[in-house]
This record gives sequence, structure tokens and C-alpha cells, in this order.
Amino acid sequence: MTALVIVEHDNVSVKDATLATVTAAKAFGDVHALVAGSGCGAAAEAAAKIDGVSKVLVADDASYAHPLAEELSAVVLSVAGDYDAILAPATTMGKNFMPRVAASLDVAQISDIIEVVSEDTFKRPIYAGNAIATVQSSDAKKIITVRATAFDKAAAEGGSASVETISAADKAGVSEYVGAELSKSDRPELTSAKIIISGGRGMGSGENFKIIEAVADKLGAAVGASRAAVDAGFVPNDYQVGQTGKIVAPELYIAVGISGAIQHLAGMKDSKIIVAINKDEEAPIFQVADYGLVADLFEAVPALEKAL
Amino acid sequence: MKIMVPVKRVVDYNVKVRVKSDNSGVELANVKMSMNPFDEIAVEEAIRLKEAGKAEEIIVVSIGPKAAQETLRTGLAMGADRGILVEHDGVAEPLAVAKILKTIVEEEKPGIVLLGKQAIDDDCNQTGQMLAQLLGWAQGTFASEVAVDGDTVNVTREVDGGLETVKLTLPAIITTDLRLNEPRYASLPNIMKAKRKPIDEKKPDDFGVDMAPRLTTLKVEEPPKREAGIKVESVEELVGKLKEKGVI
Ligand SMILES: Cc1cc2nc3c(=O)[nH]c(=O)nc-3n(C[C@H](O)[C@H](O)[C@H](O)COP(=O)(O)OP(=O)(O)OC[C@H]3O[C@@H](n4cnc5c(N)ncnc54)[C@H](O)[C@@H]3O)c2cc1C
Ligand SMILES: Nc1ncnc2c1ncn2[C@@H]1O[C@H](COP(=O)(O)O)[C@@H](O)[C@H]1O
Repeated sequence: MTALVIVEHDNVSVKDATLATVTAAKAFGDVHALVAGSGCGAAAEAAAKIDGVSKVLVADDASYAHPLAEELSAVVLSVAGDYDAILAPATTMGKNFMPRVAASLDVAQISDIIEVVSEDTFKRPIYAGNAIATVQSSDAKKIITVRATAFDKAAAEGGSASVETISAADKAGVSEYVGAELSKSDRPELTSAKIIISGGRGMGSGENFKIIEAVADKLGAAVGASRAAVDAGFVPNDYQVGQTGKIVAPELYIAVGISGAIQHLAGMKDSKIIVAINKDEEAPIFQVADYGLVADLFEAVPALEKAL
Repeated sequence: MKIMVPVKRVVDYNVKVRVKSDNSGVELANVKMSMNPFDEIAVEEAIRLKEAGKAEEIIVVSIGPKAAQETLRTGLAMGADRGILVEHDGVAEPLAVAKILKTIVEEEKPGIVLLGKQAIDDDCNQTGQMLAQLLGWAQGTFASEVAVDGDTVNVTREVDGGLETVKLTLPAIITTDLRLNEPRYASLPNIMKAKRKPIDEKKPDDFGVDMAPRLTTLKVEEPPKREAGIKVESVEELVGKLKEKGVI
């Protein structure tokens, strides 16, 4: 059996979530990778070095300069016939185009898998991770998105795949990219950071996030947030951790002024060590925290920064 | 233009679901059910577009058990004009739902179909994208802003790196994210009025769609349980523990 992994990249380098997806794909046998981009030669070379990838398909065309679902799904479909399984990371990019691929192939997509039990059976969380379903697919082809935190990353170096150019698919032409407002930060990305410190409604304002950022800088950590903190405008939307935000599983997760709603826990409860700082000793976050500190965050967080 | 809003009846987001002891699924008896929160946001957005004079009629559609009537009534009480119930007991997978919706779209010819980005029970995040592909339409998923302008719509999307804006040719599919709007509560007079709004009743057979699931659920388990740890008394103690563990 051969699996195809759709690579997430910025035309230069490959995103970490792709490496975890390659690990999941290895369960099917041979692994190929598809890089669709514009001026994406460097990303294709990077993909060819991923351990376990035997062939890289490259579609280099202006229509893939931005990952528009209408265009991406078309190029994936143009090669889909050759594969038993097609996998993409369950990022906002993978979630966007993969169901279109599945619909055209008349296949039920298996979203956000956390384990490959066998070639047709997978585990995936449902109900905000309050239950884990084992599902068996009767479709001939498997269309899968992968929860990156659930799989080890394949080594980014060591492979030497062949690289083959494929032609771009016919342009759908029904959508166009207008622009983006991307958060710029020198800190690590949330989904790949080893340490994350997140703030919730208890932070009170965006200005107050400075005390969290000071800790983050000392620890080399990423900064996250609860939905309430994002809704209140303290921090941008891409900080949100949770069922409907980012799923993270760092070595250390520090939750500050976050109550611990199930939707937030869904995004971080697989972290190795959880620390909670909250002034309410009854806050549900303490039920999952390895180390809980009942304290006013405006005293505890600056003290933490000094102690590091 | 007409706007169609598919709404799903799901376990209320406040309920902490429990896995059945025989591992066949989750306990749904006597559990509070509500409209999927993202679908409420979709209904709200449709109403705002109507109030802004960009749409004339809002149709809410649900595929589900008879009780999904209530979900449709909720949408009608918020301000939708009429409902379509496609009665089906048992699992309705996104692919089958998208096929039914496609046929309804072909009959009703809406300019926009507004869906939730994700149903909070199956957490699939597929149906809108599948419908878009089956129709050959453009899609703007995870929307935090929608601006209709003539025969195009600009959709600002919540993506992993921040925000992205795409311009779609109508008709198009839009799926909602949390920050698109804050849904209104239905007023009592509107709840009364909604009782008289029409709901058309259909069956999957009327659309020739096979509802047989492609995915068989072999078992449903509790996730590994995380034990509560200890309370530390001070920041110093906390730092000491974290150093002991070697994480800082
Ligand atoms: C469909 C849906 C999807 C959702 N998705 C997500 C998601 O992806 N991610 C997410 O996070 N939420 C999500 N939510 C929202 C979730 O239900 C909660 O509302 C949210 O997580 C609460 O955020 P919070 O803990 O910051 O705020 P609150 O619940 O208000 O908690 C604030 C906490 O701060 C503490 N505090 C206040 N002041 C101080 C102080 N000075 N010192 C110390 N502690 C203090 C309080 O004791 C309290 O525990 C979703 C909800 C729905 C309906
Ligand atoms: N049975 C259903 N009836 C009506 N709408 C649905 C149904 N299932 C899914 N949807 C719509 O599709 C969205 C995404 O669902 P899902 O792909 O299952 O996560 C939901 O927010 C609804 O708008």
C-alpha cells in the first residue's frame, strides 16, 4: 500500500505537523509526499529529506501561492488515483481542503486521528475529547487528517526521496486570496513549543499579558490563551488553545487565570506537566494540574519570572 | 438572495458527556440537547445579512430525529423564515448530510449556505467543505468576518497563523468561527411567532441519499484519565518542583 502526505510548508521549509503526519502515514507502507506551492523548490527538497518519504511530487504554480482549498483539492485529486490513503495534518489548512478531496472521491473523511490501529481502523477524539472512538472505514481509499500532537515527528533529515514534477490542475478560479494579518513573534509556534504559558480572562487586559510574556521570554516558551481572553480582545485569535482552537501537548503547560472549561482542556490536557495558577481553589483546572498554585496571578506571575 | 443554514441538534456544550459502560457510545438519554453553537452563529449571521438588506429569505435545514424540529424552531425564533426537516434516526455522516444539502440547494438556489465550522459532538469539521466541493462552489471556512458585496463576498478566516481574507464568487459556502458574532436570544413574542412558521418534512429517500455509515464505530472509550496532582504553597516551591522534573 502507498500513502500520500500533503505537505504543509511556506515554500521554503516544511511545517512540523507534516513530520507527525508522515509518522502516521508509515502505517500504510510506502509514503509519498505532495508539495503544492509557488516557487516551492526548497520546500520540496526539505520534504525529500524527511525520513520515510520515498518520493516527492511537486506542483509548482502561481495558483498554489496561497493554499486555497478549491485549487489545492484539485491538484490532490489529480494524483489521488495512485494512493490507498491520503493524509494531511489537522491544521486549519488540512481541515480546509481535505473534505473537498473526500467528497469528490465519495469517501467519508476520518478527521483528527490520534492512532492508526490498522490500515482501516483508527482512533479519534469526539465530544471535545471526552470520548475516544475507534472507527473502521469501509471506503476503499482512506482520507485522513492527523492530530499532530498524537504522533512522534519523523526525522526531518536522513531521507533521500526522488523528486518528480507534476502539472498543475485546471484552475477552479472561484476564489482569490486577498490578504492576511499574520501574528509575528520571535517566540516558538504554539503547536511545536516545548513550554507554553497561557492566559485567560483572569488576565484582565491585553496589556497585562506582558507579565506572561516576560515569563515566556525567560523560558523560551510560546504564549497561548483561552477563548475568553481572545474574545475579550486581549490577544489575537491564533493564540486560542482548545477544542476549536489549537491542540497542544508541550512538556510544560502553565495555565494562568484560566478556569479549565472542557473546551479548553480538550486542547491541552495531553501536555506532559500542567501547572495552574488561579485564585479560585475550586477552579476545575486544578483537577488536571500536576502542580496547582492558589494565588493572585498579579503577584504569582511576576514572582515566577524573578525566580527563573 | 436566499440564505440556507444547516443546523444540527447536538448535546449542549455545557454537558460533560459520559461514555456508556458497554463502550457502545456516549450516554444521550436525558441529556440536554441544543443547537450546535457554531450553527447559532451561522443563523445570527444570516439574520444580520437579511437585516442589512443583503438577503430576503432564510431557510434553516436539519437532518436528524423528529426532535430536531426543536432545533429548527430555535432558528425560526431567532429570525429564520422557514425550516426543512429531513427526518433520520441514527448516525448522519457529513458526506451523507452534504449530499442531502446539495439536492436542497439545487431546489432552493440560495446565494450563500452558512454552516457551522464544526459540530461539537462528532468534531468532524467537514460538512461545509464537502458541500462546497459537491456543488463546485467556493468556500470561506472558519469565518470571523463576512462582507457581501454584489456578487462576491469577502470572508476573513481564522487560520493557524492569524487571519486571512479570501474573496469568493457567489454562490458560496461559508462556515462560522466563534468570533463572527454573538447570537441573539429569541424573544418570547418571536418564540410564539416561530410556532406558526412552516417546517417542511422530508426523508433521506426523497433525495435518493443512502445514509448507511461508511465508518463503523467499533467502540467508544473514556480518554486516559488525568489525576489531579498537588497544590504548591509558593512560587519557590513550584519552581523547585519543575526543576526537579527537569522541565525548566
Ligand atoms: C462551541 C464552543 C467552543 C469553545 N472552544 C473553546 C476553545 O477552543 N478554547 C477555550 O479556551 N475555550 C473555548 N470555549 C469557551 C469555554 O467554554 C470557556 O468559556 C472559556 O475557556 C473560559 O475561559 P477562561 O477560563 O479564560 O475564563 P473564565 O472561565 O472566566 O475563568 C477565568 C479564571 O480566572 C481566574 N482569575 C480571575 N482573576 C484572577 C487573578 N487575579 N488571579 C488568579 N486567577 C484569577 C478565575 O478564578 C477564573 O477561574 C468554547 C465554548 C464553546 C461554546
Ligand atoms: N445532521 C445535520 N443537520 C444539519 N446540519 C448539519 C448536520 N450535520 C452537520 N451539519 C452542518 O455542518 C456543520 C459542520 O458539521 P461537521 O462536519 O459534522 O463537524 C455543522 O455546524 C452544521 O452547520
